[in-house]
Amino acid sequence: MNKYVKESIFKVLMVISVFIVIAYLVMIVGINVVKGGIVLIKNPAVVVTAPGPKYLLGGEGGILHAILGSILMVVPSTCISCAASYLIALFLQVDYIKNKLSNKLRVVFDVLWGIPSIIYGIFILNILIITNRRGSLGAGIITLALLQMPVIVRYMDEALNSVPNGIRESAYSLGATRLETAIAATKYALPGIIAGVLMGMGRAMGDAASVIFTSGAGNSMPKGLSKSAASLPVLIFQQANSFYPSVREHAYAASFVLIFIVIILNTVSRLCSKHFQKFTLGSGK
Amino acid sequence: MPDKDIEIRIRDLNIYSMYKNKKHSHILKNINLDIPKNRLTSIIGPSGCGKTTLLKSINRLHDIQENIKVEGHVFIGDEDIYNPQRQVNEIRKMVGLIAQRPYPLPANIYDNIAFGPRLHGKRKKSELDDIVENCLKRTYLWEEVKDRLKEPAVALSIGQQQRLCIARALAVEPEVLLCDEITSALDPISSEKIESLLLSLRQDYTIVMVSHVLRQARRLSDYVVFLYFGEVVETGYASELFESPKDQRTRNYISGVMPGL
Repeated sequence: MNKYVKESIFKVLMVISVFIVIAYLVMIVGINVVKGGIVLIKNPAVVVTAPGPKYLLGGEGGILHAILGSILMVVPSTCISCAASYLIALFLQVDYIKNKLSNKLRVVFDVLWGIPSIIYGIFILNILIITNRRGSLGAGIITLALLQMPVIVRYMDEALNSVPNGIRESAYSLGATRLETAIAATKYALPGIIAGVLMGMGRAMGDAASVIFTSGAGNSMPKGLSKSAASLPVLIFQQANSFYPSVREHAYAASFVLIFIVIILNTVSRLCSKHFQKFTLGSGK
Repeated sequence: MPDKDIEIRIRDLNIYSMYKNKKHSHILKNINLDIPKNRLTSIIGPSGCGKTTLLKSINRLHDIQENIKVEGHVFIGDEDIYNPQRQVNEIRKMVGLIAQRPYPLPANIYDNIAFGPRLHGKRKKSELDDIVENCLKRTYLWEEVKDRLKEPAVALSIGQQQRLCIARALAVEPEVLLCDEITSALDPISSEKIESLLLSLRQDYTIVMVSHVLRQARRLSDYVVFLYFGEVVETGYASELFESPKDQRTRNYISGVMPGL
């Protein structure tokens, strides 16, 4: 076959693939946004109202408990995870340990990343049972922190690895210690690091399976670290197949809110990366 | 060379690359070298002969590399820089390194220069301002950037970035400057600026330069070291070495006939 014909065939195939991906992205987002949007237009108060007494029977009240629960679980867990991941990612750099060992550790984190979230849930559930506790906001935070740690570690590690050696050598030759050099390299790697943190956050925000057993998943407002807490994905899981249309509507409202949060996270990540990229090599004038 | 003129003494330096904890290849073989103070010394030699390796051994940059083993001694002044008692970052502070291509730190122009002094405990703004201004003036960059000190350093042209890197190295008040083919990424006009800058710096600093451009080495150097497959073949003042090389290999390299390369 003529190589120019080959090229045109591949071009057509590529365009079709891109089209399919965009089409289903539009459908996924579109259906949820439309369905959730209708609910929110009809009754915008649903996102700021706490659940009422007949919540699961008649859909009384709103989903504020799940929104608050999600935020209260995800934000602290991301903070904990970030701090731990940063230390691990620094340790994985060859300045601290041998390359061979860090490569082995990377495999460990890749495996952890691949483990389904329900397994994390089961693990924390076992600890809760052994220590004779019930699912709570605190346990949810710990589960989500563990869940997003491998993602953030690997992103940070890749970002730090992609820092040109010359940057490190410059810092070293000015008399910087390993830690000071690592901090200089971190500034260079910030766009990638921020992307990693937000990826981790996104994973935690959207995950139902890990917190279904561990956070208690109640229908009340979060009251404390040791009390049960709801979250948006769990709410969708529990209410999307309800017999009552008014309860199902809450699930759609919740999915709308989730999509909204994901878009916000993405936008923030892009803006931050853009800001910090100004300082990295090759960003041009 | 009289003793008081010597800044760097390299004694019995052997560098090996390691593979699975075994000595794999012998990169530098029994280097014994004296480098004169406040002069510009060029290390010349064919590619892969260990020029950069030798240069980096003068500020212990091999410490961060796995698979490199260094044996022997390097003295700067009277101090053995491979003395395990000394903190390596204090040693590196005495020796500035300028790389082949500029690597500005991810910060603005001002913070790039102030990075080093800040590491070593200078925090006062007025003091840092003075250092930044002096170093930029010293590298003839001040007039070009004084109005945009807060702009990202990568926004400068590559030649300006290289001068910024030199200014950054000067900010920690080193005694020795190591230059690793610092003009190889630059256009001829920027190279010329850098060359005249090096000539003006050599009265205050001991400069060791790696160059694979023979004409450049001839133009700039006071003292020349010819390195060939990890061995020092010949050293001498530039005029002598370039005009009447003693060793056959040096003669071949300088005249451009290098059998086997």
